[in-house]
Amino acid sequence: MLDAIGLKTEEDLISYLPADVRFDRRLAIENGKSEFEIIEYFRSLAARNANGYASFLGAGVYHHYRPVLVDTIVSRGEFLTSYTPYQAEISQGTLTSIFEFQTMICQLTGMDVANASMYDGSSAVPEAAMMAVRVTRRDKVLVARTVHPEYREVLHTYTQHQGIPVEEFGYQKNGTVDLDELTRKLDESVAAVIVQSPNFFGLLEQIEELSSAVSRRGALLVVVFTEAVSLGIVRPPKEADIVVGELQSFAISPSYGGPYAGIIAAREKYIRQLPGRLVGETTDAAGNRAFCLTLATREQHIRREKATSNICTNQALLALMATVFMSVYGKQGLRELALQNLSKAHYLASKLDLRFDAPFFNEFVVRTDGRSPQQINSKLLGKNIIGGLPLERFYPELKDSMLLCATEMSRREDMDTIATAFSAVDVS
Amino acid sequence: MSYPETYKYTKEHEWVRIEGGEATVGITDHAQHELGDIVFVDLPKPGTQVTKGQTFGSVESVKAVSDIYAPVSGDVIAANDLLAKNPERLNEDPHGAAWLIKVKLAGDSQNEGDSLMSAADYAKYVGAE
Amino acid sequence: MIKKVSRHIVQNEPLLFELSSPGKAGYQLPPLDVPDFNPEEVLGRSYVRDEIEDFPEVSEFETLRHFSRLSTWNYAIDLGLYPLGSCTMKYNPRVNELVARTEGIAWAHPYQPEELSQGCMEIVAALERALAEITGMDAVTLQPAAGAHGEFTGILMIRALLESRGNARKRILVPDSAHGTNPATATAVGYTVENLRSNDRGMVDLDVLERAVTDDVAALMITNPNTVGVFEENIRAICGILHDKGALVYMDGANMNALVGVARPGEFGIDVMHLNLHKTFSTPHGGGGPGAGAVAVAKVLTPFLPSPRLARADNRWTWNYDLPQSIGRVRAFYGNYGVLVRALAYIMAHGGNGLRLATLDALLNANYLRTLLEPYYELAYKAPSMHECVFSDDRQAKKGVRTGDIAKRLIDYGFHPYTVSFPLIVRGALMIEPTETEPKRELDLFADAMISIAKEVEENPELVLKAPHSTRTPRVDEVTAARKPIVRWKPESKASLAAD
Repeated sequence: MLDAIGLKTEEDLISYLPADVRFDRRLAIENGKSEFEIIEYFRSLAARNANGYASFLGAGVYHHYRPVLVDTIVSRGEFLTSYTPYQAEISQGTLTSIFEFQTMICQLTGMDVANASMYDGSSAVPEAAMMAVRVTRRDKVLVARTVHPEYREVLHTYTQHQGIPVEEFGYQKNGTVDLDELTRKLDESVAAVIVQSPNFFGLLEQIEELSSAVSRRGALLVVVFTEAVSLGIVRPPKEADIVVGELQSFAISPSYGGPYAGIIAAREKYIRQLPGRLVGETTDAAGNRAFCLTLATREQHIRREKATSNICTNQALLALMATVFMSVYGKQGLRELALQNLSKAHYLASKLDLRFDAPFFNEFVVRTDGRSPQQINSKLLGKNIIGGLPLERFYPELKDSMLLCATEMSRREDMDTIATAFSAVDVS
Repeated sequence: MSYPETYKYTKEHEWVRIEGGEATVGITDHAQHELGDIVFVDLPKPGTQVTKGQTFGSVESVKAVSDIYAPVSGDVIAANDLLAKNPERLNEDPHGAAWLIKVKLAGDSQNEGDSLMSAADYAKYVGAE
Repeated sequence: MIKKVSRHIVQNEPLLFELSSPGKAGYQLPPLDVPDFNPEEVLGRSYVRDEIEDFPEVSEFETLRHFSRLSTWNYAIDLGLYPLGSCTMKYNPRVNELVARTEGIAWAHPYQPEELSQGCMEIVAALERALAEITGMDAVTLQPAAGAHGEFTGILMIRALLESRGNARKRILVPDSAHGTNPATATAVGYTVENLRSNDRGMVDLDVLERAVTDDVAALMITNPNTVGVFEENIRAICGILHDKGALVYMDGANMNALVGVARPGEFGIDVMHLNLHKTFSTPHGGGGPGAGAVAVAKVLTPFLPSPRLARADNRWTWNYDLPQSIGRVRAFYGNYGVLVRALAYIMAHGGNGLRLATLDALLNANYLRTLLEPYYELAYKAPSMHECVFSDDRQAKKGVRTGDIAKRLIDYGFHPYTVSFPLIVRGALMIEPTETEPKRELDLFADAMISIAKEVEENPELVLKAPHSTRTPRVDEVTAARKPIVRWKPESKASLAAD
């Protein structure tokens, strides 16, 4: 091959690089390792993480069972090692599965249109806010303090230089949004009101009521979810204008925080303001149904500095995991799965002192009664249980509280152990 | 296709027909041809002000977006509803049924059309382009 | 002669919703070990949903078959050369998939106690170290989820630094050859974009640049090697011009696979850059994602890195949130962690020397294809190619055949097309990137196919214009899709099943 291009050595390939640019030393990275050594390395590191613990952490990332079919299907090279489906004729597999994904997200959320996925739930929130700003031609965003704290941080990071002021509004005594405070802050400059349901405390918000308050002032209601399994039993936020969420619960492993798959869904009239990829149905030259990426003129590779977003890659493989998950569970399964989550969480909650009294799905805030959440958690760690998330870091006013989550994976005996750890008798 | 004598033309390939204090604005046959199959037309709502030389909307094909510039200044009194449902009409009849907007000319802009190209000049212009 | 492709089995398949029949299911939950709570009682009737209308109901085996059949409609790296320029479609080693699924890693919760996450954190630290070494930069953040997300992070940091100096400035310069994400990013951070015209060699024109750099320019976003696959030979001078005016240089690292082990951006004047781990470091593209967009910075920008940062205290790793100058978070948690694991495994498998060899092989493969194709296609620029080569369709256009048509005809020969019509500065561009993992035999087959198509254009352009001819799905009507968008299935629109 070197002969063919008229060179003597591979080094000649870079001979034209200016000398003051060339890196002539060796990279200080150990010599290449065998497959076996690589597996050993990661196994030994994995052994330094939590292994064999029952976890009651939620807060945006949930332990749900992953059906075996999910990895079987996403490991197929045709899905794993293909690119974004720009060449429709040889990408119908990916395109069809995305069309099914978009459809199922609409069915779940009660929205009319959904895109092919976002990076994750957190980055989907500012995308929804910017979408609302484009639609309403207003600039302010109100976000509930009961939206995931890290999602709110991301919202602030994104909006700070775009002339989009972000203001927060609080929660009332029962842990759901303070409608009075919201109404006071809702003026003619507000483009979007962002709430989460189930909210960060696991509580369900009154979407219908919020929607009428928000639309009365001409703003858009954005509803966020982090626990997708809730949609198996909880009424979907169909009065929202935009729904964004995180699909990690649908067969995407927690994997220390990512990669996950975000969604953005909306009413049909906002379709041209959606960020990200979108698959549409059409026909091929033979007249058969076919799919292709569509409305691409919204995107950065065409509109450049005027694009609806700078987003380029999406989370196709994770969206496929979620699609397979939804197919495996199906209409009945998702409901039953949600009911199991509900029952497990309510069983555990029934033994503890709840901080809030609004209805909840599979997460809830408990008081730790004079002791610190850390004390209780370290006691639980000794019994191979990872307890709840201490809330002080995000909510200084809730320093004696933790957020607990139970899923279909939670065992009754572990929940009983938690109840015991909380009971004063067992302190010492 | 021939360019109607009664219209005036811009270098950005818009046409305008001025009758009394009202102007009808569209894009030329040349423009629709360059864009290819038009899939979406974004137009301002009636009541919006447009300013000569500034963009007031856009026309999209599958893989391109083109801004449309106002050949005259004034208030939009109508946007062509036909194009919302049938953007392909812009490919078929750009000088006729597929006009884009009607504008009530601002008081001082009654003679604005004078600075634009005639049909013959425009035909020469696109021939040379 | 079509050498690579021949007829194979392609399955037909309806949509999941059309396969559904009431009562079918593919799941089995264990019996509930706690009392059954009634949702209407614990939530209240108004919070309980009706059944999910039209949601699929299929058996487990039907699910497997459905997606397996769909997969037969996809092209993939596993099936052959995938020469998308700028996208770097190289082999995805399967050991990386295995290690990312290691139990203690895949099931690690981002909020589990730090003392039970030391392994995860060590992986973050090891990858940050390796990427800092590869780029010659001072520090790395792994939080951004993708390349464009990394650009956004980098430009935010530039803005924060300039603001700390008292003036955020107004404009960002972007060469006209840049990826569309660059201008879109600059706008998202509140800057005005000014496009820079490239010179006749496809590079940044120093005179044009010098005139453009004024006191209100915040940064230049440059891709190096640029999108025509050419190293910006004046890169040091370019960085000097910006630095002299107190501006910074952002490097789009989409093409870093041409530089690993050969040149280090930190040493030629770059202040901040992103790396697409799904390109250079071989994590699978997965039909469009996930990616990961690590960002490497020079010392001056380290105070502004996203929060949190990994820190070492008492001989263990901890997350530090006390970063007063940080731009904040760009996403929840710590990044696309599973992708980071795969990238580190890739780096380990190669080692320092192996990474450099991979770079040279990528250059060799691209230049080999350039040499074979140059007699048949118009080379856009004569400057030496690095990891990709860009042709234009000038010769073929004379016969009415454009780059998009040649691309579709390639499919008939069993290849995925190259990148079509990009970069924008080349009229009718064919952007070809073979990557280092392609064997000579595959490159020769590809070159033969391209040469054969060039001849077809001369002899029978219609054949090329109507391609592809061999796919299950012939050309797709993208115009109707955009005019009348149908983006979800609805029961009343049951279309007839595809049949060929």
